Amino acid sequence: MSTLDEKAKEGMDDHATHGSDGKQSGAGGFIILFFIIGFAASMVLGWVIFPKLLYSQKQQPFSFNHALHVEEVDDGCESCHFFREDGSFSGTPKLAQCTECHEEPMGDTEDEAIFVEQYVTMEREVPWLSYSRQPDCVFFSHAAHVIGAKMDCVVCHGHIGESEESRPYEYNRITTYSRDIWGHNIAGFAKNSWDRMKMDDCARCHKEAGVIHTSSVQTERDACFVCHK
Amino acid sequence: MKNEHNDNPPVMKFGMAIDLDKCTGCGACMVACMSENNIPFKEDESDKLVSITWMRIFKLSNGKSFPDTDICYLPRPCQHCEGHGGHSPCVSVCPATATDYSRETGIVSQIVTRCFGCRYCMGACPYHARYFNWWDPVWPDGMEKYLSPNVSPRMRGVVEKCSFCFHRYQLAKNKAYLDGERRVPEEAYQTACTQACPAGAIVFGDLNNPEHQVHQIVKPDPKHGGRSQNPRAFRLLERLGTNTKVYYLSSREWVRRSGDNYLEHEKTGQASQPHH
Repeated sequence: MSTLDEKAKEGMDDHATHGSDGKQSGAGGFIILFFIIGFAASMVLGWVIFPKLLYSQKQQPFSFNHALHVEEVDDGCESCHFFREDGSFSGTPKLAQCTECHEEPMGDTEDEAIFVEQYVTMEREVPWLSYSRQPDCVFFSHAAHVIGAKMDCVVCHGHIGESEESRPYEYNRITTYSRDIWGHNIAGFAKNSWDRMKMDDCARCHKEAGVIHTSSVQTERDACFVCHK
Repeated sequence: MKNEHNDNPPVMKFGMAIDLDKCTGCGACMVACMSENNIPFKEDESDKLVSITWMRIFKLSNGKSFPDTDICYLPRPCQHCEGHGGHSPCVSVCPATATDYSRETGIVSQIVTRCFGCRYCMGACPYHARYFNWWDPVWPDGMEKYLSPNVSPRMRGVVEKCSFCFHRYQLAKNKAYLDGERRVPEEAYQTACTQACPAGAIVFGDLNNPEHQVHQIVKPDPKHGGRSQNPRAFRLLERLGTNTKVYYLSSREWVRRSGDNYLEHEKTGQASQPHH
């Protein structure tokens, strides 16, 4: 203990001497300059380079215009993203649904041409990349939230219905999860309820909505088995 | 966004009644369980140190020679002990909150992503119902496409066990929401082993619901730790007070007697006497 104290004291002494030296020789300016450069470099590294390294990008097979489709259909989101009879959620539509209208090209956009040529006539499913796919261990019930709690799609998915083109799909190189799970902000900040889809976000909303039960013996809260599988 | 489901949902207690006089030991329940729950099989499944069987059939014998010899097959899923107030042996010892007892369903859950593999629960479980993944699961090429998307496969280093096919309950709840029902109907939630049994030896349902067949068979007595009032029924190691939710039925006295460690002078079904 005593040696440590001595060392610390020596360190302080050193610092003091250097500081006074710097003042005398004008090196203080350099120290501040190097600090600022280093600080700026670490900021760039953390906010710009790190996300680029962590996330890889893929493009959707072709761009999809949500806004255009929402105008055409009668039932809003549920026209294409509907519940099956067994209560499960259909998610991304299959080709059969699209061809109900798109047997022939309906517009003259390049994306629709790709769709009809490469998928409809070839009878191939479109390999859409799902932005909101949760990790494998998560059980999420659309029925519980949309029918049970009468929540709006926007609460979790944001204003995707108003988007005019498909943004690139980004996924974490290590976990392979979509970037939408962690959120676009690398520091994990979220302003809106749809900015992130982490477990914390589920828990926060459940707490706010007052749907925390006491079914768990271990935690006196909701049992893990409610949302895990 | 407050909703009307603020109160706790109806208290259910899912359990099983397995008629050992009907069981032929065919193993269909084991196979159904393995394929339903994405349970990986090992190169040598006879090596019971590494093989994983959430549902396992044991062969019992009365130990007598011909012509009095008799055997009985006993399927053993996780017994989903309630203990006293949900303190089942495994839940009490888990330091990671990876296993938990749900008062809503009475199911002992195992959240493999929280488990760090200390295996205390395996030591605590009197039924050897818990299994440790010594290796990452390996499926023959192409077979991973046959895995059920409703059950997450486990990695090495975690413990797993029977969940009463909880994912089926989750899916049945989806349907109940769509149909505007508060409760999941009896036939909507059945475990894979129950449906696979060709002899109809397994009956599954809510032990708290008098309308369910399992309640009518078992007639659990809440005053005596859920003990069955059916004279044919017994539970495994009942005298430990684990208060399990899997009941076995047999008309053969020696079978009922093999369900616990009775001393020679003790009668089958008799409570154990404290030592003097």
